[in-house]
Amino acid sequence: MAVLETTARDQRASGEATRRRKSVRRTTNPYSPAHRGDGRLAWVLIAPALVGFVVFAAYPTLRGIYLSFTDFAVLSPPEWIGLDNYRELLHDDVFWSSLGVTVYFVLLSVSLSLVVSVATAAVLHRLTSSTVIRGLIILPFLISAVVAGTVWWWMLDSQLGIVNIVIKALGGDGIQFLTSRGWAIPSVALISVWKQMGYTAIIIFAGLQTIPPTIYEAGRVDGASELRMFRTLTLPLLRPILALVVVLNIIGAFQVFDIVQVTTKGGPANASNVLQMYIYSKAFGQFDFGYAAAMSLALFVILIAITFLQMRLLRASESDTNA
Amino acid sequence: MTATRRRFSMGRAAAWTYLVGVLFVTIFPFYWILRTALSDNYALSADPASPLPVGFTWGPFKRVLGLATTQESIAEGGSGASIEIGHFLVNSVVYATVSTALIVFFSTLAAYAFSRLHWRGRDFMFSLFLTALMVPGILTLLPNFVLVKELGLLNTFAGMILPGALFSAFNIFFLRQFMLGLSTETEEAALLDGAGRLRVLFGITLPMTSGPIITLSILGFIGMWNDYFWPLLVTSDESVQPLTLALAVFKQSSPQAQPDWAGLMAATLVAALPMLALFMVFGRRIVNSIGFSGIK
Repeated sequence: MAVLETTARDQRASGEATRRRKSVRRTTNPYSPAHRGDGRLAWVLIAPALVGFVVFAAYPTLRGIYLSFTDFAVLSPPEWIGLDNYRELLHDDVFWSSLGVTVYFVLLSVSLSLVVSVATAAVLHRLTSSTVIRGLIILPFLISAVVAGTVWWWMLDSQLGIVNIVIKALGGDGIQFLTSRGWAIPSVALISVWKQMGYTAIIIFAGLQTIPPTIYEAGRVDGASELRMFRTLTLPLLRPILALVVVLNIIGAFQVFDIVQVTTKGGPANASNVLQMYIYSKAFGQFDFGYAAAMSLALFVILIAITFLQMRLLRASESDTNA
Repeated sequence: MTATRRRFSMGRAAAWTYLVGVLFVTIFPFYWILRTALSDNYALSADPASPLPVGFTWGPFKRVLGLATTQESIAEGGSGASIEIGHFLVNSVVYATVSTALIVFFSTLAAYAFSRLHWRGRDFMFSLFLTALMVPGILTLLPNFVLVKELGLLNTFAGMILPGALFSAFNIFFLRQFMLGLSTETEEAALLDGAGRLRVLFGITLPMTSGPIITLSILGFIGMWNDYFWPLLVTSDESVQPLTLALAVFKQSSPQAQPDWAGLMAATLVAALPMLALFMVFGRRIVNSIGFSGIK
């Protein structure tokens, strides 16, 4: 792939005559035969995507940034108020608690999801290649968060929910999973992990399959145990995919909404009022779109920072595996 | 030798135990939906721990599908609300199918331009498109809602579908990478024989790219089918709302103090059923697609 790109670049740099000579010599070059008219066709082919990019990605992004400096209630035109929204943001206790709640959720759900999905993928990889089992593992990924939230809302019910019945039968005290301040976020995180874990595990499993089995045979000959091989062979080789999965999970977790909306609606007393929930209620509950846009931008800055961290991680892992 | 093998199989036993545990936690909620959906609400509160349906009845499904009268429904602990399943099913099918078909098609066209054609500005446009990968949904959602409202497209399929139907940086990137990896010999031969670019695209490149196209279609369809937030923003009218919203509305109509658990689970099952059916048919394909998308 990289080779093809280099030849393409070479070709553009060199003159017309050399190009013709090259195209005769290298018949596999994708750019060799007549590309007269390529330009026009290319713009036609990317036209729908370009319109989508400009109208529904670039324009809304810029507009979102603009709106964050305005007072805007949708019905009347936006009114420029400079940094007022951001000033308000700094002193908005609900925003900060909401950010804290979100970070808490991200840490809990991503770490738990990572541990369980890596373990599951590794166990699957070493035990069975059954597509049926892998299929069952991703079942929760196929249903909507609304369905998942509703089911767990029922199973975690403090009176009739099966989880509490089992806890009580085992001699424990009943837990107010979704209705107590302490448990609201951990419960939402558990539901989210239940829904997302299989998907992550299958991606990691696919990554594991790219590791040549001879490595494990060599390890076994050297007398390494399964656990040791997992630590010294599997994990390092898996780092690029793990870095990708972690970052995708973090970005997804920062934007959690559906499950919260269905189970706790941000309660009790803002205990699970995650950022996107707060943004939604500001925009559509109080029609404070300017302020909601400012919070969206704050979230965007956080996510950009994480994306850059991801690039670091990925690059680090590349040099690691090449060494 | 025997010692190693024994230790090894102990480890295997532990691993199998773990796997069975994970599978149990994964699947149990699905069983619990079914078990609760076939139970009677009053019997349920008397015997909530029973592993089998308590006071077996089809009542919850009848309530949800609107086959029971309001009096019957309330007598069984329901609210009288129902989900017009056929109607919402059609909405979900339209939303998910049209969105997925359009976005995959347009992404394929763009990927071809980026991988096969030679034109000024190509590399710049490609990097420009890729910047969109960095922008999270939340930043564009509110302005897009405002835009759809200004275009007068609230409560229309066009308003639901359009913002996500034209451009996907991930799809374009994914397909371009795959196309760059394909051998172009057949395409070149066809071009030399005088076939037009479009004929080559639709007759040769497209069929050769069917694997990743199916992958993206499956993942896209699942995502759209389960989408909740965007339809929640742009639709308030039942005529276009998808199944996910209908379920959420049904859940809200359930009495707060004593929810109609059986009815809720029946509704949940009804909402999940189409996806589960799709899974029965395309299970292997879906599993492979997910793995494939991660590696690329």
